[in-house]
Amino acid sequence: MTQINRLGGGQIDRATTLRFSFDGKDYTGHPGDTLASALLANGVRLMGRSFKYHRPRGVLSAGSEEPNALVELRGGARQEPNTRATTIELFNGLFAKSQNRWPSLAFDALAINDRFSNFLTAGFYYKTFMWPAAFWEKLYEPIIRKAAGLGSLSMKQDPDAYDKGFRHCDLLIIGAGPSGLMAALTAGRAGAQVILADEDFAMGGRLLSETAPVDDAPALDWVSAALAELSSLPNVRLMARTTVIGAFDHGIYGAVERISDHMHTPDEGKPRQILWRIYAQKTLLCAGAIERPIAFENNDRPGIMLAGALRSYANRWAATPAQRIAIFTNNDDGHRTAVDLHAKGVKIAAVVDVRPDAPSSYDFEVLKGAQIVNTRGRLGLTFAEVKQADGSTRILECGALGVSGGWNPNVHLTCHQRGRPVWNDDLAAFVPGRDLPPGMAVAGAALGEFSTHGALKSGAAGAKTVLGLKGRLPKLPKACDAPVSQTAFWYVEGCARAWLDQQNDVTVKDVKLSHQEGFRSVEHLKRYTTLGMATDQGKTSNFGGLAIMAELAGKSIPEVGTTIFRPPYTPVAIGAFGGRMRGMEFHPTRLTPSHYWAKERGAVFVEVGNWLRAQWFPLPGETHWRQSVDREVRQTRASVGVCDCTTLGKIDVQGTDAATFLNKVYCNGFAKLAVGKTRYGLMLREDGMAMDDGTAARLAEDHFVVTTTTANAAKVYQHMEFVRQCLFPGLDVQLISTTEAWAQYAVAGPNSRRLLQKVVDPAFDISNEGFPFMACGNITVCGGLRARLFRISFSGELAFEIAVPARYGDALMRRLMAAGEEFDVTPYGTEALGVMRIEKGHAAGNELNGTTTALNLGMGRMVSKAKDSIGSVLSEREGLNEEDALLQVGIKPLNPNDKITAGGHLMAATGPIDAAHDQGYVTSAAFSPTMGSMIGLGFLKRGADRQGEKMRLVSPVTDLTVDVEIVSAHFVDPDGERLRA
Amino acid sequence: MIINHPLLGPRDSAEFIYLGDASLIDRPDPEAENRDQAFYEYAYLRDNPAGEHRELWFHEGGDRSWLVVTRNTVTHEITEVEMARDVARTRGRST
Repeated sequence: MTQINRLGGGQIDRATTLRFSFDGKDYTGHPGDTLASALLANGVRLMGRSFKYHRPRGVLSAGSEEPNALVELRGGARQEPNTRATTIELFNGLFAKSQNRWPSLAFDALAINDRFSNFLTAGFYYKTFMWPAAFWEKLYEPIIRKAAGLGSLSMKQDPDAYDKGFRHCDLLIIGAGPSGLMAALTAGRAGAQVILADEDFAMGGRLLSETAPVDDAPALDWVSAALAELSSLPNVRLMARTTVIGAFDHGIYGAVERISDHMHTPDEGKPRQILWRIYAQKTLLCAGAIERPIAFENNDRPGIMLAGALRSYANRWAATPAQRIAIFTNNDDGHRTAVDLHAKGVKIAAVVDVRPDAPSSYDFEVLKGAQIVNTRGRLGLTFAEVKQADGSTRILECGALGVSGGWNPNVHLTCHQRGRPVWNDDLAAFVPGRDLPPGMAVAGAALGEFSTHGALKSGAAGAKTVLGLKGRLPKLPKACDAPVSQTAFWYVEGCARAWLDQQNDVTVKDVKLSHQEGFRSVEHLKRYTTLGMATDQGKTSNFGGLAIMAELAGKSIPEVGTTIFRPPYTPVAIGAFGGRMRGMEFHPTRLTPSHYWAKERGAVFVEVGNWLRAQWFPLPGETHWRQSVDREVRQTRASVGVCDCTTLGKIDVQGTDAATFLNKVYCNGFAKLAVGKTRYGLMLREDGMAMDDGTAARLAEDHFVVTTTTANAAKVYQHMEFVRQCLFPGLDVQLISTTEAWAQYAVAGPNSRRLLQKVVDPAFDISNEGFPFMACGNITVCGGLRARLFRISFSGELAFEIAVPARYGDALMRRLMAAGEEFDVTPYGTEALGVMRIEKGHAAGNELNGTTTALNLGMGRMVSKAKDSIGSVLSEREGLNEEDALLQVGIKPLNPNDKITAGGHLMAATGPIDAAHDQGYVTSAAFSPTMGSMIGLGFLKRGADRQGEKMRLVSPVTDLTVDVEIVSAHFVDPDGERLRA
Repeated sequence: MIINHPLLGPRDSAEFIYLGDASLIDRPDPEAENRDQAFYEYAYLRDNPAGEHRELWFHEGGDRSWLVVTRNTVTHEITEVEMARDVARTRGRST
């Protein structure tokens, strides 16, 4: 197919032809084209269907403000819905489909919605589908979702990578039009670190679309020279294809750089996009202006476009939607479009200007004081109906209609810190207010400086002012300085189905209806009609809606105000926000020093916090995890097992006041703990609830090593620093986390000492007498390697924990396994660890769940009354010390085959099962190979007095009722004889 | 946001963990007559002003300092950053 609507000139590389397809048809274009310009050049006006009414739609704009021409780009896993044809750079092999139509774009069965538009007006969701309520989820919503909506997702993993990056600068310039380029030259020449970012792939902004000369030469020449100079400055960074999406706190800006979007697939090793976080000392917003349409009956047909966009397509892309075009304008800018199109050989049907005193032209007819009142053409514009100044009607034959209602300064980013734009009567538009984000200034058309000279001058002046540069303004190139005046003309009198928001199908009639139904606030109007709530955020539609609302309310536009602009400026792929943090990369994965040893042993791993911990170690022939876990428990209790407990938090506490400090953070006392001894410690929150537990080993008078649970390691460290720095800054104590510094292994079971004796250097006596229960000390192992040994037990067996510098962890584990062969040693994972601690009745995370006190945990007497500690005062509150307080108990089924479930509740053996009769609940449950049944730990009212009582364990959710007996939480070795063996 | 750390200079707020009202420094005297009421208020009652607020931030991704940051909760403007330890000392917590 030939490019029938391709004009002469333009900034496209005609020497190269690119092939692409749209809706299954093949077309050609050139480098420099966008998908929209290439489609127009190929004679394609129809590009999509509207959201609600499925009206045929074409392209409205030539930039990121586009509401209509949204397509599904690419296929397979790279399919990308709702992509604006106006911003897609053409590449060879580009593949795109239209959206929201069935079976085809030209014949869309759901266009029937348009006939029922009376039922689909503002607020139809709220009115139509109210009853019966049950129908909503099953019937209404699926139907609406299918009928409305835009593109579809591929439902496949995005194969591309997204990166995040950080940049710093003295001055961030947003937009590389005349003001941005002049600002960059001014700041760059002064030596400032400058970032110049523009969302377009070519820099130059509006100058790329205009024929007016700069310095008596084509504007492009000046743009090229400016870019060449900026490229030569080492302190200036040019970032094309980069959209600044938000102005965040303290001069931080978000920007998305599209590295590979203009390619078929990203180059090897390159990301698709980069989300930059730019730290800018100062910012100059040079974001230009966005043209505003005029609403009239049936103003949404393919071929009806913004006049400035028509000019861009003709001048920059040498493309036109039709060979015969009319213009509808209320300002001189519309005439410039007619002049440029005429110069390119496009026939001007007429310029329809609402002003009776509009300028005349020798080249084309100007209908003064006239208005477009309706249009025709099913899949594209064919005729426009004009009401002339004398009241007569005239029909213009045209394939496209350029509409200009003036230009709105692009104030979006000035409002991201809740700033409000202010109304400017001379421009009949909102301009940036005074409450800009700190450090930001505005220049060029974004400030309301619409002439090229005005933009250049304000760019230079803006850069100077914002950076505090001395001296005179740099020499400015000669450019058009004609004054720009604009008046308001929002809609043609009497129109109803005249589109304001084309993307969300909001018409003038909808705004009137919402006013009629009592919606007076602009924020309500927005939500009731959905005006401006589509992916374009109403860039071309909001102000028209506001103006009509103001008129209906008898207020001025500034009185009505605007809705709040929020980031992002244009839609951002979730992938860009996610960056590399996908799947297992969502957070760092921490591996213990003996991880690879465990992997060799075939361990199954579980994520605990950021750590990967071995869950169990299956042996050949074991097909169910329970077989492995039961074996690990039995082998450990019968002989010896080794468990990697490196992940426990370890905090080194040093200083002359170390013991005093621990007395503050633990509810029990540490001052009298002898050197070489370890003590269990329970930490409370200030509200008296248990926070964490662990052990503190006193290695020297002024040196403790404290452990925390794996999950709370960071939180406990933070808390301890809070207590140290904020509450007791006078204490001589220092803290440091040493979790990563030491690899630590629990060696548990009756043969644990005999195993360790083969590893610990003979100079150290670890016999029961030389190293009794709760002893700790610095030792050496394997012939001189420094290590720490603690005689503590979580399993309830004779047990030790041995720590070596992290880099020796792997070697120590292998040594322990080899040395333990004669004892039939087994490694055990977190499941066996959990089973053994439940058998022993030790509390863990399930019990220290943020709602339990020391009293609940059976450790009420541990809370020292002899000293002040965090949480001690509030733990004495009456409500936490009632007679029927929950106390930790053990639970076992009367029938050993019955199941115990964590989360089940305890009820009396007879009587009702309801919340009023709730007696307590189960926190942990496991199959105990030692007891031969499932067992549980839980909390029961007055639990200490109820051992032997028969109760029911119920879980109405899982339909479980089990007869159970309340027993001691210490199922194994209740007197602690094994520990002390 | 950027927090101007008294020792380390401007740092991104992503390096910090937020705790809240700096009045947490003023832990009541556990020996006082009215200690129950005082601790109840200390643990549970916080001001939540729209405007200037003194807050505790922890530099977890940095030097592990607790800071008192004076921040406007409406504009996010930060007007003062102090070491919490120094603030605690000036409030008589050094004993």
